Amino acid sequence: MRNWFKGGEPWIWMTAGAVALSLIAVYAVVWMTAARGLVHWWPIQVAETIFTAADGSKTRLIGEVRDREEVSILRLRESGYRIDTTDKFTTRYLIKQGNRDITGTDFKWYPAPMLGEFTYPKDMIAVERREWGHFYGHLKAVKENGRIVAEGPAAWNAMRDRLNRSNALFSEILGIEKHEIGKLNYELERLRLNQRKLELQNRLDDAAKRDFDARLAAVNAQFGALQARLDALRAQIGRDSFVAEVMDGQQVEISLAKVADAIMPNDMNVFGKIGHYLSKFVEFIVDDPREANTEGGIFPAIFGTVMMVLLMSAMVTPLGIMAAVYMREYAKQGPLIRIIRISVNNLAGVPSIVYGVFGLGFFVYFLGHNIDVLFFAESLPAPVFGSPGILWASLTLAILTLPVVIVSTEEGLSRVPRSIREGSLALGATKAETLWRTVLPMASPAMMTGLILAVARAAGEVAPLMLVGVVKLAPSLPLDGNFPFLHLERKFMHLGFHIYDVGFQSPNVEAARPLVYATALLLVVIIVVLNLFAIRLRNRLRERIRGLEGV
Amino acid sequence: MNGALEKSHAMQLGDIRRAPMAATDDYVLSVENLNLFYGGAQALNDISIKIPRNRVTAFIGPSGCGKSTLLRCFNRMNDLVDICRIDGRILIDRKNIFDKDVNVALLRRRVGMVFQKPNPFPKSIYENVAYGLRIMGVNEKSTLDDAVEKALRGAALWDEVKDRLGESGMGLSGGQQQRLVIARAVALEPEVLLLDEPSSALDPIASAKIEELVYEMKEKYTIVIVTHNMQQAARISDYTAFMYMGDLIEFGDTDSIFITPKEQRTSDYITGRFG
Repeated sequence: MRNWFKGGEPWIWMTAGAVALSLIAVYAVVWMTAARGLVHWWPIQVAETIFTAADGSKTRLIGEVRDREEVSILRLRESGYRIDTTDKFTTRYLIKQGNRDITGTDFKWYPAPMLGEFTYPKDMIAVERREWGHFYGHLKAVKENGRIVAEGPAAWNAMRDRLNRSNALFSEILGIEKHEIGKLNYELERLRLNQRKLELQNRLDDAAKRDFDARLAAVNAQFGALQARLDALRAQIGRDSFVAEVMDGQQVEISLAKVADAIMPNDMNVFGKIGHYLSKFVEFIVDDPREANTEGGIFPAIFGTVMMVLLMSAMVTPLGIMAAVYMREYAKQGPLIRIIRISVNNLAGVPSIVYGVFGLGFFVYFLGHNIDVLFFAESLPAPVFGSPGILWASLTLAILTLPVVIVSTEEGLSRVPRSIREGSLALGATKAETLWRTVLPMASPAMMTGLILAVARAAGEVAPLMLVGVVKLAPSLPLDGNFPFLHLERKFMHLGFHIYDVGFQSPNVEAARPLVYATALLLVVIIVVLNLFAIRLRNRLRERIRGLEGV
Repeated sequence: MNGALEKSHAMQLGDIRRAPMAATDDYVLSVENLNLFYGGAQALNDISIKIPRNRVTAFIGPSGCGKSTLLRCFNRMNDLVDICRIDGRILIDRKNIFDKDVNVALLRRRVGMVFQKPNPFPKSIYENVAYGLRIMGVNEKSTLDDAVEKALRGAALWDEVKDRLGESGMGLSGGQQQRLVIARAVALEPEVLLLDEPSSALDPIASAKIEELVYEMKEKYTIVIVTHNMQQAARISDYTAFMYMGDLIEFGDTDSIFITPKEQRTSDYITGRFG
C-alpha cells in the first residue's frame, strides 16, 4: 500500500479523475441544454380524453402531454378528488391545452386517475396564432368572407392553401410596416431634427420653413400612399377564416390573418415532422420574437450579441495591445509599473456589475449627455447618446475585458527572446521598427489568446449590459438600411439577457421554458463559433512563426 | 594632484605598451582609452586598440574578461543595457561613434554583428536576408532578389537554400542558421563584421564551415571575432588581442602572439595554464 502511494499511482488517478469530472461537467451543460432546447419544435401529438373533475362533472380535454410527475394520492384526495386505490402514489400529467382566450391557462396539471383513455383524432389541428398562444381543436370548415368553402376532410387542404396566401400577405404588410414606413418615420424624425437645429442656430428663415414644409408634405404624401396600400392588404388578409370545435364543444371561428402556422400533428409522418421541425428551427434563428418573446425567433438577440462582441473586440484589442506594449517595451521597469501591473491584474477580478454601474454613470450619463449637448442639441430633451446603447455596452465590456488583453499581450511580448530583438537592432532597425517588424508579429498569437478570452467573457456577460444598453425588445437593429446605417446609440437585444427575460420575466413561463434552453444552447454555440474563429486565426499566426519555441 | 599625475603617467605608459603592433597603417576602428562600467563595476579598463582593415582580428581571453563587451561597443549594442556607462572614444573615419549626432541605426549598418546563438527571425529565409534592406527602405523586388542572392552566396548558403527561399529560417540546421544570420548582416554590405563566438553553439563540422567562411570574407570585410577557442583564433585570425580581467594585455599579429608572446599572462593562457 505504501509503495502504491510512493509510486505516484494515486496521483495519476486523482488527476485523471479531475479531467473526467471536468469533461462530464462540460458535456452535461451541452447535453442538458441541447436535450431540453432542441425538442421544442418537434410536433407533439394532440391527445383527447375525458377529465372527471373533483365535483364529478366530466369534461372533454384536448392538449399536448408535456410532462409527467409522481404525486401523492393523499394530496390529491385533500384537494377534493375521489380516488379509489390503495396506492400511495400516482402520476399526474402537465397538459398544454392552449386556447388561452377560452380556457384561461395554457398549461395545467391533471391527475392520471381522473383522466380517461387518450385518443389521438386525425382531424385535430394545432394552430400557432400570432396572439393568444396555441390553439387546438377539431377542424370543421374553412370560410371565405363568411361563406363556407370547404368542410370535413377537404377542409385541411383548403386551409393550408389559404394559410399560405394569408402568410404571404402578412409578410408583405410586415415588410411595408417595418421597412418602408420605418424609413418614412426615420425621415420625418430627421426633418424635425434638422428644423430644430436651424431654429437653435437662428437660421430658420421663411425660405427654410417653406422648404421643410414642402419636404414634410412629400413624406406625408408617401405615407398616405403606403397607408392606402396597407389598408387594401389588411382587407384582403381578413378574407378567410376557419372553424374548429374546441374542448368544451363550442365552435370557434378564427381569422387566418391571426394564424402564423397550422399543422395536423396526429396525421403527420416522420418526414412531415422533420420538415416542420426544420422550418420552425430556421424561424427561431431568423425571425423576430413574438408574444413577449415566448414565440417566434430570436434573430435580433443573436445579431445584437454578435455585433456587441465585435464592437467590443474592435475597441479592446488596439487599446489593450498598446497599453501592454508601453508597459513591457517602453516603460522603465520600476515600482510604478509594477503597481500598475498589479492594479490591471486586479481589475480582472472586479465583479462585472461594477463595470455596469461605471458604464452607466460615466459613459451614459456623463460622456453621452455631454455628447448630446454638444452635437445633438436639436433632439434634446430626448437623449441620443445620453441613454444606454450598444456603443456604451461595447465600451463597458471593452473596459471589463481590457485586463485580459493586456496581461496576455504582455506575456507574449515577454516571451520574445532578447536575441531576436538584438538581431534586429544590429541590422540597423530602430526600436520602433524592431517592434513592428519582429516583436509584435511574434507576440500576435498571445494577443489572439487575449482576444479569445475577452470574447468568451464578454459574450457571456449579462449583468452590466442590463445597465448600459440591453433591452427586452428592441424595435430596430443597430444596423439597418437608414443612413448612417450603423446606429451606435440604439438599444439592442442580447441572448444572455433574453434567457433571463424569457425564463423569469415571461408571462407564460411553462411555454417559454424550452426556449430558455434553446436560447442558452444557441448562446453557447455562438460563443464557440466566435472562439473557433479566433483560434483558427491564432493557429494561422502560430504557423507563420512556427519553430520559435526553444530559441 | 599627485594621484592625477600618476594616473596620467600610467596612461602614457599604457599607451606605449599597448600600442597596436599591426604591420599595416590602414585602420577601420580605433579605440582610445575606453572605460566601461556596469553600474559601479568597471568591466573594461582603459582599452586602446586599432583594428586593421580587411583583416581578421580575434579577441581571446577567459570568460568574463570583457572581450564580448568590447565587441559590443563597436556597434553600440551596449546602449541597450541601462546601467552601462562608457567613457573614451571609438573612431570610425575619425568620427567618434559615441558622439551625440551619430545615428546609431546607420552605425549598425556599417558595423554588422553576428551573435553567439543563431537568431534568425521567424520569417522566410528570403525575408530574413532582406530584413535590413527593407528597413533601409529598399522594397523593389529585383533589387532585393539580387541582394539576397549575393548575400546568401557570400555566406556560402545559396546552394543549400536557393530552392526554398520561402521556407522559414527557423527550419534550417544550426550551422545553416548561423550562416543565414551572417548573410543577413552581409546583405547590408557593412565595413566591419563583428562575430561574437559565432561557432560556439555549433557542432565541429558546422563550425569548420563558419571558419572557412570567415577566411573568405576578409577579402571584403574587416572582421572582428570573439572566441574562446584558441585553435580557432590561431587558424583564422591575422591579429589577436588577449584580454584579461577587463585589460587588454597584448595585441599583435597572431603568429607572434601565439609563438612569442611578450607577456607572461598571455603565454600562460595560451599554453593552458589558466583560463
